[in-house]
Amino acid sequence: MQLRNSEGRFALAIASPALLIVCFVVLFPLLTTFVYSFMNIELISKNRGNFVGLSNYVQVLGSSNFWLALERTLYFTILSTALETVLGLFIALLLNEKFWGVGFLRSIVIIPWAIPTIVNGSLWKWIYNGEYGIMNAIFLKLGLINEYRSWLSDPFAAMNLVVVADVWKMTPLAVIFFLAALQSVNITTYEAATVDGAGPIRRFFSLTIPYMTPTILVVLVMRTVEKFKAFDIFYMITRGGPADGTKVLIYETYLRAFTNLQYSIASTYAYLFVIIIMALTAIYLKVLKKSEENNA
Amino acid sequence: MFRRWKWVLSVAVVAIAMMSMSCGNGGAQKTAQKDTVKATSSPVELNALFMKQAGYSEEDITAMTTEYTKAHPNIKVNLTFVAYEELEPKILASYSSGGYDVVLGDCIWPPKFSKAGVVLDVSNRLSSVNTQDIFKGAMDSVVYEGKYYGMPWLNDCKYLFYNKSMLQKAGFSTPPATWEELENMAKVIKAKGLVKYPIAWSWSQAEALICDYTVLSEAFGGGIIGSDGKPAITAQGNQKALDFMVRTLKEGLSNPKSTEMLEDDVLNTFVAGNAAFGLNWTYMYAAAQDPVKSKIGKDVGIAQIPGSGAIKSATVNGGMPLMITSGSKHPDEAWDYILYLSSKEVQKKYAKNALPIWKSLFDDPDVVATNPEVVQVSKIQYDYIRNRPQVPYYGELSTELQKDIQSALLGKMNSKEALETAQKVALALAGKQ
Repeated sequence: MQLRNSEGRFALAIASPALLIVCFVVLFPLLTTFVYSFMNIELISKNRGNFVGLSNYVQVLGSSNFWLALERTLYFTILSTALETVLGLFIALLLNEKFWGVGFLRSIVIIPWAIPTIVNGSLWKWIYNGEYGIMNAIFLKLGLINEYRSWLSDPFAAMNLVVVADVWKMTPLAVIFFLAALQSVNITTYEAATVDGAGPIRRFFSLTIPYMTPTILVVLVMRTVEKFKAFDIFYMITRGGPADGTKVLIYETYLRAFTNLQYSIASTYAYLFVIIIMALTAIYLKVLKKSEENNA
Repeated sequence: MFRRWKWVLSVAVVAIAMMSMSCGNGGAQKTAQKDTVKATSSPVELNALFMKQAGYSEEDITAMTTEYTKAHPNIKVNLTFVAYEELEPKILASYSSGGYDVVLGDCIWPPKFSKAGVVLDVSNRLSSVNTQDIFKGAMDSVVYEGKYYGMPWLNDCKYLFYNKSMLQKAGFSTPPATWEELENMAKVIKAKGLVKYPIAWSWSQAEALICDYTVLSEAFGGGIIGSDGKPAITAQGNQKALDFMVRTLKEGLSNPKSTEMLEDDVLNTFVAGNAAFGLNWTYMYAAAQDPVKSKIGKDVGIAQIPGSGAIKSATVNGGMPLMITSGSKHPDEAWDYILYLSSKEVQKKYAKNALPIWKSLFDDPDVVATNPEVVQVSKIQYDYIRNRPQVPYYGELSTELQKDIQSALLGKMNSKEALETAQKVALALAGKQ
C-alpha cells in the first residue's frame, strides 16, 4: 500500500508539468468561455463585463440565425458523413480484391486525405471557379453545359459543392478503416457461404455488413463530430455565402467573435455547440456499446 | 514524512520553473519599462505589427524602420508581418498587455476599436500635424465621435479599370463619366459581341461586396448611414444602386459570376480579356500589365469611378491607418515612430509601392514619376473617397448587408425587401449602442 502510494505520487509529480500546461491551455479557456456565456463581453457594448444570466442563451436560441445555421450544419454533416461511409465501404471492398496494381492503388488512395484542408479548399475553389475552373471545362467538353457557368452562386448548390470537396478529401480515411476491418475477415466463412449457394449480394448483406458494423459505427461517430466542427473548408470555398447559404454554426461563431467582437454571444454559440456534440457522442457511444454486446 | 516533503518540493520546483518560464520575459520587460519611464534616454523597445501583402513591401517597411532606429539609437523596433486576416485577431489578443505598441489596421476598424478601448485617442498628438494636407477621406476614416484614433498611412481606394481596345472598337474614345454612360457603353460592347459580360465585380459574400456597394450607393446619392449618424439603408440612392446591380446582372451586362468573385477574380477575369470594365484597388493596374499573367497588357486603362447626376465621382476608402494600442507602455515613442513612417519624406521616398496620404506630394515630380498614369487619376479620385459606415457595430452591419444584398442579387428577395431587412437589423444594432 505504502509503495503504491509513493508510486502514485511520483507519477503525479512527473505528470504535473503536463497537467499544468493542460490546465492553462485547455481548462482555463474552457472555463472562461463558459463564464463569458453568462456575461456581456461584447467589446463595443457600454455594459461590458456585467453578468447577464441566461440572456445570451435566450438571445441565441431565439434568433433565426442559430436555427438556420444549425440546419445547414446538420445537412452538411449528415450528407457528407453518409456519402463518405457508403463510398468508403465500396472503395474498400474494391481494394480488398486481388488484382494487378492493387498495392499501388491502396497507397495512392490516401493522398487526398494527406492534403491539408485549407489546401483542399483552395484546390476545389479553383475547380469550381466560374471563369476558369476545370469543372466548367470538363462539363463543356462533355456537352453537359453550353457555356461556362457560376457554380458557387446558388446557396443550395454551393453547400452541396462544399460537401463534394469534403467527401473527396475525407473518404480515404473511411477506406482505410474499412479496408483494415476487411483484411481481418475470416475467408473460410465466405467460402462456406459460397458453397452453400450464397451469391455476392447475399454475402455482402449477411456477412460483410454485420461483420463491419462496429467499424462503420466508429467511422460514423468520428466523422459526425468532425463534420460538425468543419470550419476551414467553408472559410476557403464560400466564406458562408452566397446569401448565408453555407454559414454553418462554427462559421457564425467565428464571425461573432472575430468580426463583431461579441465574445459573449460567440461563447454561447460555442457552448451550445459543445452540448450538441456531447449529446451526439453520448448517443453514438450507447449504440456502439449495444453493437459490441450484440457481437459478443 | 520525508517522502511527502520530497513530493511537495518536486511539485513546487516544477511549478516555479513553469511560472518563471511563462513570466520570465514579461518580468524583465516590466523592469525595463519602469526604467524607461524614469529616464527616457534608456533603451525603449517598440513592437509593431504590419501586413505582408499590398502597399509597402516587407523590405520597404524594414528599411524605413532601420532608418528610424539609426536616427533614434535608444529605440529598438521589432517588426512583425502577418497576413491581413491575422491582423485583427492579433491586435485583439494583445492590445491590453501592450504586446504590440504600433499596429496597422483596416480603415473600418477605428470606431469599434475606440469603443472597445483597443487603441488610444491621438487627437491631441495630431494637433502638431498639418492634417489639412491629408486627403479628407483618409482623415475621416480614423475619426469616431469627433476624436482621432490613428494616423492614415497606407492610401488606397477603388478605381475604374477599362479595356482600352474594347472601348475603341465599340466606338468610345474616353472612359465613362457617369454610371448611366457606363451602362450604355456596356450595352454597345455586348451587342457588338466584343465580350459576353462587359462588367466584372467582386460581389461575393465578403467585405468586397460592401466596398462595391459603397461606391455605387454614394455615386447614386445614397449612403448606408445618414447624416444624423443613424442607418439610412432604405434611402433612395441606396435603392437605385441595388437596382442598378440587379438590373445589370439580369441583362447580362454584369458578369453573373460576380456573386462569387473577390478582387483577385475581377483581376483574373479582366486580364483574360473577359471584361471591358472592372472595379478594383490600385494593385490591379500593375498586375494587369504583367506580361506573364495578362493577355491585355497595354490595353489596361485606369480612370476615376463614374458618378451620377450632380455627383461627379465616388469611391471607397481602402486605406489603412497606424494606431497605438491602449496597452502600449511607450505611447510617446510609438507616436514618434508613426509620425516618422507617415512623414512626407518617407512617403515620398517609398512612393513606388504606395501612394502618399499628403495632397501636396501629388505634384512632386519624383512622386509623379513613380507611376504617372496612376498618380494623375489618384490625385482626383482621392478627393472623392467615401468611407464605409464609421460605426462601432460595422462588423455585424456588414455581415447583415452582405447577406441581404446577395439575396437581392441572386433573386431570392426583391431589392426593396432586401434593403428593408437590412435597415431593420441595422436599427436594432444602432439601438443597442
